[in-house]
Amino acid sequence: MSNLSRDDVAHVAMLARIQLEDHELDRLAGQLDQIVDWVGQVNEVAAADVPPMSHPLPLVNVTRPDEVRPSLTAEQALANAPDAEDGRFGVPRILDEE
Amino acid sequence: MTISTRPVHQEDTVPYDEALSRYEPVMGLEVHVELNTATKMFCGCAATFGAEPNTQTCPVCLGLPGALPVVNATAVESAIRIGLALNCTIAEWCRFARKNYFYPDMPKNFQTSQYDEPIAFDGWIDVEVPANEAGEPPFTFRVEVERAHMEEDTGKSTHVGGSTGRIHGADYSVVDYNRAGIPLIEIVTKPMLGAGDRAPEVAKAYVSTLRDLLRALDVSDVRMEQGSMRCDANVSLMPVGAEVLGTRTETKNVNSLRSVERAIRYEITRHAAILDAGEKIFQETRHWHEDTGITTAGRPKSDADDYRYFPEPDLVPVAPSREDVERLRGTLPENPAERRRRLQAAWGYTDLEMRDVVNAGAVEVIQDTVASGASPAAARKWWTGDLARRANAQGVAVTDLGVTPAHVAELDGLVTGGRLNDSMARQVLEGVVAGEGGPAEVADARGLELVQDDGALQAAVEKVLAANPDVAEKVRGGKVQAAGALIGQVMKEMRGQADAARARELILATLGVDA
Repeated sequence: MSNLSRDDVAHVAMLARIQLEDHELDRLAGQLDQIVDWVGQVNEVAAADVPPMSHPLPLVNVTRPDEVRPSLTAEQALANAPDAEDGRFGVPRILDEE
Repeated sequence: MTISTRPVHQEDTVPYDEALSRYEPVMGLEVHVELNTATKMFCGCAATFGAEPNTQTCPVCLGLPGALPVVNATAVESAIRIGLALNCTIAEWCRFARKNYFYPDMPKNFQTSQYDEPIAFDGWIDVEVPANEAGEPPFTFRVEVERAHMEEDTGKSTHVGGSTGRIHGADYSVVDYNRAGIPLIEIVTKPMLGAGDRAPEVAKAYVSTLRDLLRALDVSDVRMEQGSMRCDANVSLMPVGAEVLGTRTETKNVNSLRSVERAIRYEITRHAAILDAGEKIFQETRHWHEDTGITTAGRPKSDADDYRYFPEPDLVPVAPSREDVERLRGTLPENPAERRRRLQAAWGYTDLEMRDVVNAGAVEVIQDTVASGASPAAARKWWTGDLARRANAQGVAVTDLGVTPAHVAELDGLVTGGRLNDSMARQVLEGVVAGEGGPAEVADARGLELVQDDGALQAAVEKVLAANPDVAEKVRGGKVQAAGALIGQVMKEMRGQADAARARELILATLGVDA
């Protein structure tokens, strides 16, 4: 049914910032194609009157009141940061990624 | 996201009028508004401006594993009220979506937004465009609203190293996530066309109208200079008479009313030069430079702009009941433009006076001041005069000076009651701003009071007349206007604590001249 090409996988990998070797692209293209096919079987049993589902629970409007709850301290927030400066998260130069 | 990858240089433009003779401008405006809720969109962290970095974060807004978002009920209500005020249809059922991208301003690597199911859609707002400097008349323009959707703000990046503090050439960046997760409403117009050479003015008037409306709704601080209201302007040109829209550019973060007009004007003249040369417009984001009045190329649209939107699995749909929608419709304030017209008539202000009042953000306080007993004229004089100047000098809103409408009404009462003159009243106001208490209290503490006792004033008049026999003689001879110099000296003698009009009466009476 589906037909995921190697280029499709390379494109999705780029969007997800996952670096893949050529042999991985070949292998994953086949595997992903199969997964999409399997999931696609749902279409065979879902008639037109079954709306697409994005959530397993039949709930709507789960909200909380607009009341302030305690936040973490800056020290706690930064505890696992690889790098920090003046209470801020340090991140590598951004432009290199482009 | 602002990434500048190409050098800044001035591009060719054609004169504005010439551009308009050949092309019809089409605009689309995207306005982001930070809501003034106490907490963030999906967690209970405080949403206040200006806190120490990363002191208003939690596992949810830091995107830590396993943390689950819960929607802020007040933010949804504000979104619905904004939608209703913009004459939109409110969705019966809508979802949040993940907008995936890699940039450190969102620690989750996605922004929770709405994609093809906005909470409000298909609205409109009438915009009153004032007369311009070229003498073209005022007119009303209807802006069609495509959608208003809920999302969350991003963190604030600071770029370190390099020479400019800009992202380009920086060694690394540091990020404060206090702003990440603050509720945002994005309001998107349909293509706006047909305004011709008044297009940039229409855009400015639209943003201004939107600001007034959001302020009246009390859903946002709408402080463009603090970033609680931000505007992205899409501009394209099509040859006059054409029916197909041209390629657009999107100028990001145009953050003052004046800049909205200037940036769009500039883009029109730049697009026209490119099209005149037979070249194509490159679809890209542009950065507006307030200082030089030009835009420069930002990021081109690319494959990386595939945001892979999908429904947010951690949040259930929002399905406002029709009862709730109607309840919220009942809370909508009077339309600000209609309200202005009504108040202007009631207060007897001229158009110019009313405009000053609106620009000073003083409509509400004047209304309250008049309700507290001051005359509309006095209320306007204080709020758009002395108080507006003080607020301007301190860089705060006129309502943040610590002076209340009741204070101003009390001060006006002291002046009309004859206890204070104008210059004393200004000193009293200074004391009120300094937190010394209410007007009467400050006047007492500072010993400010017009001398009501004619005896002391008469003594001062006689002393001044004796010291200036030549001037006194002129007045006696009929040159009544010469008395002005004498009044000044009497006021000085009284250390300002006298009623100048009474001093004038006494001078003329003493010299035996009819007033």
